[in-house]
Amino acid sequence: MEAAMDLMRRMPPGRAETALNALLSLIPDHSLDLLSQVDLPLQVCMDKESVKEYILCEYNRDADSYRSPWSNKYDPPLEDGTVPSEEMRNLEVEANDVFSVYRDQYYEGGISSVYIWEDEDESFIACFLIKKDGEGKRGHMQIGSWDAIHVIQVGPEEEGAAHYCLNSTVMLSLTTDNKQSGTFNLSGSIRRQMSMTLAVADGHLVNMGKMIEEMEGKLRNSLDQVYFGKTREMVCTLRPPPEVLNRRLPDS
Amino acid sequence: MSDGEEKREIAVWFLSNAPAGEIHYVAKDVRALLGDEAVYEAAAAEAFPEHNKAHLVALELPDRSGDIIITTYGELDKNNYLDPRTAQVATVDHIKQKCTKLRPAADEELPSAYIEDFRSALDVELSKYVGEAYPKGVCAVYCTSGKDIEGPGADFRFAAVISAAKRSPQNFCNGNWRSIWTLEFIDGLQLVEIKGKIQVGAHYFEEGNVQLDTNIDCKDSTILQSPEECAVSITNIIRHHESEYLSSLEESYMNLSDATFKDLRRKLPVTRTLFPWHNTLALSLTRDLTKELAIGK
Repeated sequence: MEAAMDLMRRMPPGRAETALNALLSLIPDHSLDLLSQVDLPLQVCMDKESVKEYILCEYNRDADSYRSPWSNKYDPPLEDGTVPSEEMRNLEVEANDVFSVYRDQYYEGGISSVYIWEDEDESFIACFLIKKDGEGKRGHMQIGSWDAIHVIQVGPEEEGAAHYCLNSTVMLSLTTDNKQSGTFNLSGSIRRQMSMTLAVADGHLVNMGKMIEEMEGKLRNSLDQVYFGKTREMVCTLRPPPEVLNRRLPDS
Repeated sequence: MSDGEEKREIAVWFLSNAPAGEIHYVAKDVRALLGDEAVYEAAAAEAFPEHNKAHLVALELPDRSGDIIITTYGELDKNNYLDPRTAQVATVDHIKQKCTKLRPAADEELPSAYIEDFRSALDVELSKYVGEAYPKGVCAVYCTSGKDIEGPGADFRFAAVISAAKRSPQNFCNGNWRSIWTLEFIDGLQLVEIKGKIQVGAHYFEEGNVQLDTNIDCKDSTILQSPEECAVSITNIIRHHESEYLSSLEESYMNLSDATFKDLRRKLPVTRTLFPWHNTLALSLTRDLTKELAIGK
């Protein structure tokens, strides 16, 4: 598994799906680990009943069907498909509504889905997904996509507080392609973890929402400042811009 | 397809997709995953030479007289590569990425004196430029067609290759710059047609995996003159296009953080304040109300 995950850190992010399939056929015994640890760009499906799009992932899949968070139904239809308990489903419905508003305010578009289900020992897991494809209305990007996956494990309530463990991944791809500047592709994924124990007085949704908002801000910042900064720095190390060359001492 | 054959193809795929300077790490992982030495060796024997040529890998010559670039232009056979500057042929171990032997090139492997005048003049000018512009850059000029022409009256072709690589695994960062310029000396038109392809790659992989992959094609031309005059004007053209490209990369990065990123996800919501999670109950009630009203209409 270690070698497999190291390979995933080295393969071109745009070819993650091919790389994952290759790993699955090399080490089929680790299929479950691979599928849960390797993140792929998110796929979208249309809920025909509520005419709304939703995101597909491992968490709303049962056999070959996926459950829509809007209608709570599986597509293709599944008679005995697992659904969350009533309590969890109520939270899921609310979370989807609120998260849509959050998504709209930060992403000005895009698609979001939230899936919630019971875990062992009175704890539960919530998965928040956002997919945004950008045409670049400000006119610089030709194809861009941002896929965010947030999985929160919420522990049982003890003395009015609960433990929240958040695992987040953002996958980003930016491409420009024109005659003047050629093909420019910058893409990648980063993963971060955050744990907190918070009072439940305001409700789980407020706590989870705040954590995700903080995390998304951090991830966006890291991608922008650190990751793009580092690759840009690399380009300037390979072929320093004239102002850097002029500043350098002759023998350094 | 047999099981071994499929595994070999997968291994080759991973190796050929290795970022600059990381093929050995990829090879180590692939070897561990395969658990089959014979399959690994077959895959490595196929993938390493292709990787080395595609990435214009530079290897130190055994006599320390400089570096040799592994390219199809200098390839005599699978393991032997011509270094046109020193007129030597190096035997290469692709997997170890080392030169194992060196011999003087035979006369028939080298261009005529007439062609060599053009080639070496360009090599001198280009080396000067590469030395100034690329801290870790190497370059070479090959004659790719017409090497036996004895004097004016016929067409010939060169390939000028520039390769600069930086490995910094301790900082989780690797990258390379590759340019290939093909020069067509057309005697009838007294013209040199210049075509270039520049590729830049960078990989940053601390707690993530971010890769830059860019390329551009350029076209230009100059008048066919004396070897020295050609060398100067061709090098000026290459310098011009490569500096322009660097500026365009810088510009792409600028646009990226300012505009492009904002198109995907804003730093702050449209409201310019953090999301009001505490008021979401009111928020979702309003939505419910709107929905009901919409239905009632």
